[in-house]
Amino acid sequence: MRRRRRHALPGFGLTLGLSLSYLALIVLIPLAALVLKSATIGPLAFWDAVTSPRALASYRVTFGCAALAGLVNLVLGPLLAWVLVRYRFPGRKLIDALVDLPFALPTAVAGITLTALYASNGWLGRWIEAAGYKIAYRPAGITVALIFVSLPFLVRSVQPVLEQLEPDIEEAAATLGAGRLRTLVSVILPTLWPAIVTGFSLAFARAVGEYGSVIFIAGNLPMVSEIAPLLIVTKLDAFDYAGATAIAVVLLLTSFAALLAINLFQLWTVRHRTAEAR
Amino acid sequence: MSPARKPSTALRDPAWLRILLLAVALAFVALFLVLPLIAVFSYAFEKGVETFVASITDSDARAAIRLTLLVAVISVPANTIFGVAAAWLITRFRFAGKNLLISLIDLPFAVSPVIAGLIYVLLFGAQGWLGPWLADHHVKIIYAVPGIVLATTFVTFPFVARELIPLMQAQGSEQEEAALTLGAGGWSMFWRVVLPKIGWGLAYGVILCNARAIGEFGAVSVVSGHIRGLTNTMPLHVEILYNEYNRTAAFAVASLLALLALATLVLKQVVAWRMRRAAPESEAA
Repeated sequence: MRRRRRHALPGFGLTLGLSLSYLALIVLIPLAALVLKSATIGPLAFWDAVTSPRALASYRVTFGCAALAGLVNLVLGPLLAWVLVRYRFPGRKLIDALVDLPFALPTAVAGITLTALYASNGWLGRWIEAAGYKIAYRPAGITVALIFVSLPFLVRSVQPVLEQLEPDIEEAAATLGAGRLRTLVSVILPTLWPAIVTGFSLAFARAVGEYGSVIFIAGNLPMVSEIAPLLIVTKLDAFDYAGATAIAVVLLLTSFAALLAINLFQLWTVRHRTAEAR
Repeated sequence: MSPARKPSTALRDPAWLRILLLAVALAFVALFLVLPLIAVFSYAFEKGVETFVASITDSDARAAIRLTLLVAVISVPANTIFGVAAAWLITRFRFAGKNLLISLIDLPFAVSPVIAGLIYVLLFGAQGWLGPWLADHHVKIIYAVPGIVLATTFVTFPFVARELIPLMQAQGSEQEEAALTLGAGGWSMFWRVVLPKIGWGLAYGVILCNARAIGEFGAVSVVSGHIRGLTNTMPLHVEILYNEYNRTAAFAVASLLALLALATLVLKQVVAWRMRRAAPESEAA
């Protein structure tokens, strides 16, 4: 492709220097402070901080609610994407634009609004309580907030794949006598899997670290409805830097694992596809 | 597929399935997107326009708005300059470690906002690595404006670069090379060729970066210290009012942020539309 000299265009030195020094100053050195801090804690104290009953309970709440919210979006996200891509109805473009609302709306605003809606005197809360359930100030409320913040990820990762789907295979399936629902489940769904897995992992990684939209609706009761990011803040407020750092490392590694899983999965699907093509 | 061809009946879902899926999707959107949006504005005005105006013109609210704008005015341009430089570097040159660099740019998206605040506390806080030295020199970063700026810059770090990298990759560098061949200098090529070419994509990245900078809560909450009138940003002011059971005032300030979110969504649509319109031209060129 490249016929010219290696650096035909100007600005290599300038942009390299600028990018690397800014990256180091804003991201790498501060993150290194976290790694260094966790190294100074000592393995025993680190293990104790990471496995204290309160910390373990906060992981259960955080990962459990994040997974549950991800599962809800796993079903409703692709469904919404399908409706937006395939159906024509009034207000479609408006809804398409609204899907990004959770990305644009500040998390604190989402937090107080969902809390007001689901509290026992709220627009939704009063009906839910009349039916004998409660959502606000317990893990169910955390899940609701996380469904909101991670909603766009699954819609937006599936949507472009659906838009580029060739109609041939669907027609072929119909010709071979498959009903529409059968075609959806056994022909279209498999082609969406990579996008769905990617969207789920992004949603999960985001939900695990989420703070602003959750703390208002959570109730924040230690051992019951306290999320791990809040435990970090609580420990910081008590000047327990070591404890805060240890839990931050656990959270960070979980998010990285989720994102690494996406990369490996994408690598695997690409290889798989090229192998099939041969 | 040819656009003229009508979708065959084989591709249409049966009516019952269409109605069912549409109903579920619309209910989901109504419950999780439309209702909260209506609620923000309805709660903001539940005690009338006068209370609303009083809430957003209160001196603490005004200080919070000023601080939020100040933070955005510093961190958004900083990330924009970095984004353009990084995108130019990544899409126009080949060098070892490029993929690593791309992953590192995305890194802040994988970090919880609370951790983004924590790392600066560990670095600059009273008990942090540089804390004693900063105290000796009377420099305050944590529980002060510089900390808020740093934390905001961290969480909004990838936005501009992420928008520009795929765009500039797709556009290629023929026009830049042509400009250089015709004798343009590096900077004049940048202002006259590169910037107009990436304009809408850049605008898109800046809009997203700005929305996040103004709305950031977790990271700023950790480093701010919540000093009223001094280190309170708008989202933090919302929190304080809400925790003081001053719900109407909290929602009044929140409604300003929601308005900003709506403006962001509208701008996003406009920019996406302009980019789609501009795309065939640049392909033809």
